[in-house]
Amino acid sequence: MNLVLSEEQEMLKEAARGLLEQKCPKNFVKQMELDDKGYSPELWEEMANLGWMGLVFPEEYNGSGMSFLELSVLLEEMGRACLPAPFFSTVVLGGLPILDIGSEVQKKQYLPKIAGGKAIFSLALVEAGSGYESDTIQAQARPDGNAYVVNGTKLFVPYANIADFLLCVARTSKQQQGITMFLVDAKSLGIKYTLLKTMAGDKLSEVVFDEVRVPKENVLGQLDQGWPAVERIVKRADVAKCCEIVGNLQWALEDTVAYAKDRKQFDRPIGSFQVLQHYCADIYTYVEGAKLSAYQAAWMLSNGLPCDKEIAVAKLWINEASPHVFNLAHQIHGAIGVTQEHDLHFYTTRARPVELGYDEASLYRETVAREMGLA
Amino acid sequence: MDFSLTEEQNKLRQEVRNFLEDELERRLWKPACDAWIQGYDPEFSKRVANRGWIGLTWPRQYGGQERSSIDRLIVTEEMLRYGAPAACHWFADRQIGGSILKYGSEEQKEEFLPKIIRGEMYVGLGMSEPEAGSDLASLKTRAIEENDCYVVNGQKTWTSGAWFINYIYLLARTDLDAAKHRGISEFIVPIDLPGISRIPMIDITGTEAWNDLFFDNVRVPKKYMIGEKNKGFYHVLDQLAYERGGMERLMGNYPLFDALIRFAKETRRSGKALAKDTMIRHKLAQLQVEFEVGRLFMYKVAIVMDEGRTPTVEASMSKAYATTFEQRLANTAMEILGPYGLLWAGSKYVPFEGLAAHSYLGSKGYSLQAGSTEILKNIIATRGLGLPAS
Repeated sequence: MNLVLSEEQEMLKEAARGLLEQKCPKNFVKQMELDDKGYSPELWEEMANLGWMGLVFPEEYNGSGMSFLELSVLLEEMGRACLPAPFFSTVVLGGLPILDIGSEVQKKQYLPKIAGGKAIFSLALVEAGSGYESDTIQAQARPDGNAYVVNGTKLFVPYANIADFLLCVARTSKQQQGITMFLVDAKSLGIKYTLLKTMAGDKLSEVVFDEVRVPKENVLGQLDQGWPAVERIVKRADVAKCCEIVGNLQWALEDTVAYAKDRKQFDRPIGSFQVLQHYCADIYTYVEGAKLSAYQAAWMLSNGLPCDKEIAVAKLWINEASPHVFNLAHQIHGAIGVTQEHDLHFYTTRARPVELGYDEASLYRETVAREMGLA
Repeated sequence: MDFSLTEEQNKLRQEVRNFLEDELERRLWKPACDAWIQGYDPEFSKRVANRGWIGLTWPRQYGGQERSSIDRLIVTEEMLRYGAPAACHWFADRQIGGSILKYGSEEQKEEFLPKIIRGEMYVGLGMSEPEAGSDLASLKTRAIEENDCYVVNGQKTWTSGAWFINYIYLLARTDLDAAKHRGISEFIVPIDLPGISRIPMIDITGTEAWNDLFFDNVRVPKKYMIGEKNKGFYHVLDQLAYERGGMERLMGNYPLFDALIRFAKETRRSGKALAKDTMIRHKLAQLQVEFEVGRLFMYKVAIVMDEGRTPTVEASMSKAYATTFEQRLANTAMEILGPYGLLWAGSKYVPFEGLAAHSYLGSKGYSLQAGSTEILKNIIATRGLGLPAS
């Protein structure tokens, strides 16, 4: 057992931090919150040139064949910088599922595009009123000649506003798990997106599929057997998001401690007061727990080990830790922290675990309960 | 990065489990909470010693095996999981041996380490005093040089297991004029020296958990001073990290967790197994999550030890976190048991031999002993985060 990054991982981390400190200052983040696209194509191209989008894909698809662990390290740095870019949706929600279950033709067609920064992907999964169970997927796809026709409304689809392709999860059979995934050209006739206003100004959309024709060869994975792949996507996305949030949390820790050392009241740094010291100690503890649990899950996923419990632990810990950390961070910052003049709010609004279903915490608690043998 | 254990480590864990299962089968002892600190059983310690599991990390020349701190953590984790009576050797194995190894003379190493490793040396801690708790450096017990001895006078308190120890680790003032941190030395004192007496203290559970120890002109041979004179306070800071950062801080009441999970599986209320009740499932799952994170904290401490650093901050964080977990575990057990949780061992209707009530009360001390949570958070803030001293 050891917790140190390899030399290669350290280099990746340093390179990412260097680039993002330079190219992703907070005024850029703010600008992207207000921007319709929500990302900078120039920076996106630079990221592609550095090999970030292809990091985790095999060399035969123009990737660099690194593991999920390296991707996690990179995501942590993106979280630290609050990077506004469709990286997560393209690589974690789009590319990795294609690598999992795509046909060789599909992999050859799409993965090099992703690696080259030439295609933006997203996942159309969540629906209104739907939970996390397969039977709540209402979007339908019916066969019609050499195509499927998709109808339904998907919510919280990240970067649908700029996506080239959507992975759409739809029902193809009345059987409970009769779910299929489709690779849909986002410019297809009948697709309409509406940006939702979110607290972080990130780009989540409602996407309506109205009689959208998807060629049969764009079925991703097996017909009617798509649900296990969806579960895999969601779990991996949750781990990836945990690593991103670790970056958010680490920044909040460092920033808050620096503030407590710097800010003076009663002629002394407020960080010399024991109450505030203990708040800082608590933040540090939450963040360490977040790091350990997130990287444990990432490492296990990366090594192909069964890790449902470890994923649940990371997700549940971070779900709880993040609001605690930010409550304390804001308390220590005082009123300046709740203004938009200070950078803290960028993190407060982002460090929310992605919810690809509703009340995921309960479901993850169920996972843990099952692992404990509570029938 | 690697979160896995080696094949050899998994094998070690299995060996310890097999050993403990066999002990249980032979009904040599009963699993108990706090057995690492209150389970006095010299024969058990000798059987553990026979397996080579005491002083596991120490040099071979003294009888150790030079294995890693992670290996030792695995052994202690299993001892705690089974609630095994390991108190006799626990302190010596955890911190005193290491302290002797780091600061002791060659003669001391040769005298004490093999004895600890054989499971024959049971060391109590003589650190706190009535007026020196969190402010340990203000201790008043004095050791005055006289010929070939130090003559010790004073009172120590909160000493666990004073009825079974054969040595006491003693911190005493050897320079009365120096600044308070700079006049303290460390000793290993045979408990049978004339002039040592004790008064038991009964803890909130009714257990004789601690003792006051009195030193009345006790003549301690000079050869039992550990390390440099007047440097004791700095040495003990290292030792405290070892005292704080072990699995016993997370699993001191693990037998209760185990029993509670079994109880939830086996008990039916309103025609339904408790384990099928969503609220109960989620409470227990929440505890499990907190436990798993605590475990990661503990393994991190061991990793730092194996890197050759003193895990001052890591151990403080682990203990502060883990002892509150143990308290939450006890609280949850009381919630789930309802009025049954109030029952004491031996009572009619008592569930799992009163572990819940015992732990509910006993765990109040967890966040006090070996560094209160407040002191630990001070350390995390000042040493770990560089915040200015208050």
